[in-house]
This record gives sequence, structure tokens and C-alpha cells, in this order.
Amino acid sequence: MLLLTLAVEQVVNGLFLGAIYLLIALGLSLIFSLGGIVNLAHGAFYAIGAYLTILLSPALGFGGSLVVAPVLVAVIGLLVERFLFRRFYRSDPILSLLLTFGLAMVAEQALRMIFGAPPLPYAIPQALRGQVFLGDFVLSRYRLTILAAVVVAVAGVWVLLQRTTFGRVVRAGVQNPDMVAALGISLKPYMATVVGLSVGLAALAGVMLAPISGVHPAMGAEVLTGAFVVVVIGGLGSFWGVVLAALIVGIVRGLMVLVYPGFAEAAIYALMAVILLVRPRGLLGERILRFE
Amino acid sequence: MTQGFTPTRHAITRRRLVQGGLAVGATLAMPGLVRAQGAQPIRIGHLTPRTGFLGPLGEYAVMAAQLAVEEINAAGGIDGRKVELLTEDSVNPQTASSKAERYIERDKVAAIVGEISSASALAIGQVAQRGKTIFLNTGANSDALRGQDCKRYMFHVEGANSMYVKAVGRSLTEQGLVKGKRWYSLTADYAFGHDLLRVAKGFMQGNGGTFAADELVPTDATDFSAYMIKIRQAKPDLVISNLAGNQITNFLKQYAEYGLPFPVAGFGFDTALAWGAGPGNFAGTWPCLWHHKIDTPSSKAFVAAFTKKYGKPPENQAWGDYNAVKIVAKAMADTRSTEGPKLVSYLEGGATFDVQKPRPGYFRARDHQFISEMYAITALPADKVKDKWDLFTSTPAIPGPNEDMEVLAPTAEEAACKMEG
Repeated sequence: MLLLTLAVEQVVNGLFLGAIYLLIALGLSLIFSLGGIVNLAHGAFYAIGAYLTILLSPALGFGGSLVVAPVLVAVIGLLVERFLFRRFYRSDPILSLLLTFGLAMVAEQALRMIFGAPPLPYAIPQALRGQVFLGDFVLSRYRLTILAAVVVAVAGVWVLLQRTTFGRVVRAGVQNPDMVAALGISLKPYMATVVGLSVGLAALAGVMLAPISGVHPAMGAEVLTGAFVVVVIGGLGSFWGVVLAALIVGIVRGLMVLVYPGFAEAAIYALMAVILLVRPRGLLGERILRFE
Repeated sequence: MTQGFTPTRHAITRRRLVQGGLAVGATLAMPGLVRAQGAQPIRIGHLTPRTGFLGPLGEYAVMAAQLAVEEINAAGGIDGRKVELLTEDSVNPQTASSKAERYIERDKVAAIVGEISSASALAIGQVAQRGKTIFLNTGANSDALRGQDCKRYMFHVEGANSMYVKAVGRSLTEQGLVKGKRWYSLTADYAFGHDLLRVAKGFMQGNGGTFAADELVPTDATDFSAYMIKIRQAKPDLVISNLAGNQITNFLKQYAEYGLPFPVAGFGFDTALAWGAGPGNFAGTWPCLWHHKIDTPSSKAFVAAFTKKYGKPPENQAWGDYNAVKIVAKAMADTRSTEGPKLVSYLEGGATFDVQKPRPGYFRARDHQFISEMYAITALPADKVKDKWDLFTSTPAIPGPNEDMEVLAPTAEEAACKMEG
């Protein structure tokens, strides 16, 4: 019974972790599906989001940073798309891989030069501290609040992709960019928006983790691999695939930490291997001709 | 990524990825050495983790070593020769070993200074022993380095784990948190943590306490929520951190998040990590070899010089590397030599050094442990914190003025050292 209580509480913590992965993985998946760029710099935008939180909080508070930091990072994303990514959509993928790898290092070192390598202090706002008691279960008030915020953000992305003209073009672009072009629609402005939106979501995750995790220059690299695993498990082109994968990865990881901490990290890779053996396109991955 | 990449013309292949990776790797591996021109400077090789979970501490180490070299050169160098500091990221034990070898074979350094990871320090110690070049360990705590793995050419400015445990143990005993109490410990899952846990268990056994549980935490863990849940269920009298580097910051932040009522203490610590957690998150009682509020003339001068150069006060890792460089310089000046064997016998010979504390310190010949006072610091409540650096109060120096200097140091039984060569 005790173990069951622990397990349920840890599932909620796992969901939180999964939600953070989700915010990062959604953007990774979008940028790759539409532009064919594996964005190794995605973690950097997450880190910049966390650092912006620290800079903005004295003026705007945590709530204000939660909105403003992702918007600022989205603007950086628009610039990166306009001046860097745009040159690489049709070139050898290894070039964009090297570009984003370099970008990630430039960003990390820039953070190190500006803010120093030691972690910077940042605390949970007083109102969100402490525990919430639900019957036998005790949960972190902060994590529950953030979980709710992620649900809102992800629902927003879903509406954007599934219920708007913008979303229809993006989804068509993922499936068949040539046909979209033949219909006289240029994907370039859409790509700029997709990159801005994607890195903004990563920054949102950074803001959300700043109060409970160390804010240091390498934090982006820490989170990126997990997010990639989520994209691979979920499968390309599928919104719900990424959502499902993020939740599974979060829960598996959470439960493994409870049972056997040393294996928690390895477990998600083992999970990825098994899923790829059974479903090579990931859980809900669509058959996209140009990626086959 | 297992899915194929974009268009048809340039399919990415594993070979191309490897080629690209090698090119990037080769660029990264270029050593960041800057050589000064002029007459035969004395080279000191600094080697410490600059990246990874110990990276933040490594940055303080490098800043402090650079400050020490500047001060030495400004005062005329050693015997008229300038000191040149080479710096490298030690990364992991394998890399540390090969970089130490390169320092000795190619760069002909007269001494190696640095390191934080116990595993890497052992690797460097072995190379230093073979190359008959002194190595001053400034941040690796494992007792084994002073015991079964001790080396003639390896000296420890950093304190041993058992010194840290005894220093903070004293404070915990006074607070009534040891005898008959149950501890819950979280331990960094590598050489340092394992050794610290062993020493901590020995301390509890000797003082009538028990462990409710001890958990090993992977060094890359960032989410501590599962441990918080377990700690709440176990209801210990004290939560003990045997964690290291960024782990400590993450642990403290999430401990504050869950608002658990149990007191916290730690056996391994660096002030940078308390600063990283910040007021309101930093909690508990922790040991350190030095902190920036110690009120001695040389301590104040060091804090002032460091703050002037870098815009923030030094932390205890900075103290270690600053003093290690100064000690090497003094040894070379006093012996008028840069030869390993001569420096070893000088350091073993009981020479004393001002290390910004009430009493001067010295190396113990038996195991090469630097003997000096320690402190236990306790977090201030958030409303008592005046600025972001002054988060804690400190005990007076341990041992006190009338006590034997070696009361904290490992006894011959705790760490038996047989030196060769």
C-alpha cells in the first residue's frame, strides 16, 4: 500500500517531467518534420529561457517571465530562422547538423561568459511553495501548477495545428512540401513561425524549470537527449505521438527512479530500442514519403 | 535519430556523420595554451574539470590560480623567473591522465595543480608519480587518496572526507542530531560519494546513530522528487547530503519546493552551490575549509583582490587553488629548485604556510594531507539574509586555538598510507 502511494505520487512527478520534455520535443519534431533540420541548438533556447527568467523576474515576477521570456526567445528564433536555418532547408543535412551543433556551443559558451559557470540562484515564488494534500497523496504545489500551465500551452499548440489555416498548411508541408509549392503556397513564412513557436515552447520549459533546477550554462545539453528520445519514440508528423511518448518517458523515468535510480536514465533508451524494433516509425509516426 | 533525413539527394550516412564528428572533435581538442615569450618561465600546469557537474567549481579554481600567478609575477616571480600558468579541462580520469602526461612530457611543467574529482585526481597522481613531478590536489576529497592510493608526489591541499565529516559532525553532535538519531542520506554515485558514505557510516557507528536509508544518486540526476517522497515516508531525524557539484543545488531547490520539515546537513560542500541555490533554498549545516567571511588579514586581502578582479567573492574551491599555487611558488623559492624530489622533501619537512586562517598550515609527512582548520556553516533563514553572498553563519575555526591541529585529520587506522619511491 505504501509502495502504491509512492508509485502514484511518483507517476505525477513523472508526468511533470514528461510535460517539460513535451514542450521541448514538440518543437524539435515540428522543425525537423517541416524543415528537415535536426535542431541540436534546441536545448540552448531552453537555457536562455531560464536565464531570461532570472533577468526579468525582478521587474515582472515569475508570472510575467512565464509569458515574456518565451516571447523574447521566439523573436531570437525568428532571427535564427531568417539568417541561418533558411539557408539549409535544401542542403546536405550534415550541414544543418553542424550548424545547430555549433550554435548550441556558441550559446552555451556565451551564457558561460556572460553569467559564469556556477549556477545562478532562483527560487519558487512564495505562493507556489509547499505541498498539496489529496487524500493519502502529497504533491508539490509548484509541479501541479506548472502541469496545468503545460496542458494549456499544449492545447493551444494543438488548436493552432489542427483548427487553423496556418496549421493546415504546416501539416500539408510536413506531408508533401512539393504539392504545397505546386499549389502556390510558399512555406518560408510558415517555417519562420514554426521555428519561433518551437523555440518559444523550449524557453517556456526553461522558465518552468528555473525555480527547481540549477540554472547553469550546460542545462540545455542536459535536457536535449531526453527530448530527442521522446521525438523518436513518438514518431514524426504526429502530434499525439509526441504527447504520448513524453508521458510514457516521464512516467517510466519517474518510476525507475523510485525502484532503481541507477537505471532510470538507461531505461528510457531501452524503451526507445524496444519501441523502434516493434514500430520503426515510432508509436504513432506517420508514413512520410521523403523520410522513408 | 533513426528516421532518415530530408531530401533524396544527400542521404546522411553513418560514415559522413563520423567524419563530421571527427572534424568537430579535432577542433575541440586543440589545447588552449598561451605561451609567454621571454626567458625560461617556470610552468605550472593547472588541470581541473571545467565542464560537467563539477564545472562551476572548476571555473572558480582557474580564476583563483590565475590571480595567484599574477600576484607572484607582480612581486618579481620566483627567484627572478616568471611563472606561466597552463590551464586545461580535465574532463574525466582518462583525459586527465593523458593531459597530465602531456604537461609533464611536452610542456615540462614543474608542478601540476588542481582537480576536484577523486577519480581523476588518482589518475593524475599516478602520472605525477611516474614523472616525478609534484601534484597538489585542490579539490578531491576521497580518503583513499590519502590512504591506500597515497603517492610520494601527490599532496592534498583539499581536506579528506573524514575531516569534513568530523568537522560538521561536531556541530551536529552539539545540536543533538547524532546520538540515537536516524539519518537519511543521499550519496553521489561515484568514488567521492562512496568514500564519503563509508566515512559517514563509520562516524554514526562510533557515535550511536543509525541510518534510516542511504540512496545512491546518479551524478547526472536533476530530478530529486522521488527522493523527496521517500524521505517524507521515512521521517528521518536528519537528511544528509553526500552529493557533489550541481547535484547539491538541485537537491536544495527541490527540498525547499517540497517544504519538508526535517533538518538538513551535508558532508561535502562548496559555497558556490549554496549561492546557486539562493536565499530561501539554501538550508542546513555544511562543512568547509574556508569561506569568504573569515576574519584574518590575509583572508580579507584575498577576498578583496579576488572581488576586485572578478566582481564576486571567492568561494572555497578558489581558496584551494589560490593557496596551492602560492605553496608551490614558496616551495620553489625556498629550495631554489624546481626538481620534484627536492620539492617533495621540502613539503614533507614541515614548512608552514599562511592560508588565510588563524593558524598556519602544514603538510603531514605521513600521508601528505594539508593540516589546517575547518568550519561548519549554517544557513541563515531567508529573512535574515542581507546580500546574496552572505547566506550563512559560521562556527569558529575547528579545531579551536588550544586543540591539536590534527584532531580532524584521518588517523592511521582510518587511512593507512604506504608511500613508495
